[in-house]
Amino acid sequence: MCLAIPVKVKSINGEEAEVESGGTSYKASIALVPEVKEGDYVLLHAGYAISIIDQQEAEETLRLLREIRVI
Amino acid sequence: MMIGEERTLAKKLIQEIFRISSKEINLMEFCGGHTVAILKQGIRQLLPGHVHLLSGPGCPVCVTATGDIDSIIHLSGYRDVITATFGDLIRVPGSTSSLQKSRAEGNDIRVVYSALEALDIARQNPGKRVVMVGIGFETTAPTVAASILQAAREGIKNYLVYSLHKLTPPVMKALLDSGEVKLDGIICPGHVSTVIGARPYEFIPLNYRIACAITGFEPLDILEGINMLVRQIESGTPCVEIAYRRAVKPEGNLKALELMEQVFRVGSAWWRGIGEIPGSGLQLKEEYRVFDAATVFQLTPQDATEPAGCLCGEILRAAKTPLDCPLFGKKCTPEQPVGPCMVSAEGACSAYYLYGESDG
Repeated sequence: MCLAIPVKVKSINGEEAEVESGGTSYKASIALVPEVKEGDYVLLHAGYAISIIDQQEAEETLRLLREIRVI
Repeated sequence: MMIGEERTLAKKLIQEIFRISSKEINLMEFCGGHTVAILKQGIRQLLPGHVHLLSGPGCPVCVTATGDIDSIIHLSGYRDVITATFGDLIRVPGSTSSLQKSRAEGNDIRVVYSALEALDIARQNPGKRVVMVGIGFETTAPTVAASILQAAREGIKNYLVYSLHKLTPPVMKALLDSGEVKLDGIICPGHVSTVIGARPYEFIPLNYRIACAITGFEPLDILEGINMLVRQIESGTPCVEIAYRRAVKPEGNLKALELMEQVFRVGSAWWRGIGEIPGSGLQLKEEYRVFDAATVFQLTPQDATEPAGCLCGEILRAAKTPLDCPLFGKKCTPEQPVGPCMVSAEGACSAYYLYGESDG
């Protein structure tokens, strides 16, 4: 139920955006993430973008994991 | 499933968990999406034998009470009603029928992916009343709130919502207060937390000394979440950490929270297997009552008997596993489900059945 998939925002028209995932484009509402910009990745749930994916945080998480030194 | 660097990082995380973990612990993954990911990826088999993962109540279809299913079925019988519902709910048995049976009897019941689709159906069928069945946690509730606000803005008068939305922190509190299962840590739901953030879980480490990690759904996310929990538990410093920082902010999604707050008020809700929990549900506020199916059709929350022999209730409370249920895999399968935990794709029984979890 709480499934959400990452999609890329291609274009924005008011509260509606065209998003793309795996080569397929569809429409989504951005009513819950009004600050979203074209080119951002968002998590899409039940037709609505619910969160903007923070690329910097994604890279930071990977960096921290790489730093784990297993003895 | 994993490739390249992901595999290397996963190995490191697993080694780290083995290194720091010394005692027998119970971790509950609240969310059904996590249960599926954990079983599908075989994550249990990668962990030390004394780190136990228990499935929690985070499956909205599963926790919808039988009495509420009965109300939806009743609603679907009105001649001028089109019932719009998210997928799996249609197959969940009520006391005597199911939405699927109601549809076979000629009632107009449509499966939608989004509340926006239900709104479209309302636009296209001005002579009918379209009732969106609002199930789901804080991930879904803001989307339904947004659809109601859109209907209000556009003056769509034949769109109604039957809100059975439920809130996660209150049910966590109810489970912890019951003391039925001893928990050391909670893998908190990733997508619910994109909306509510980290703060609503803070009472858990504070009042119950139980570790919390908000976790994503990739194998690395889950291993990182478990690593955080083990570290908190072993060091005796439970807190709320976010292992899904790319999607979850500590304060959550303020816009989504604002829309939820605008449309819904917090009230009581019935949970299958758990009962009535005050303050765990969302109902429409007075000013949106024209959109409120509960008001318009005078539906009241009710309890009802569970299917005989079905252990869904115990399984949702993590008191039992699907393997404890005498019906599992015999009388109850995904093709012929007895209870909702086998119906929903993210129900624990369905996940155990599909991904072959066994006692070994």
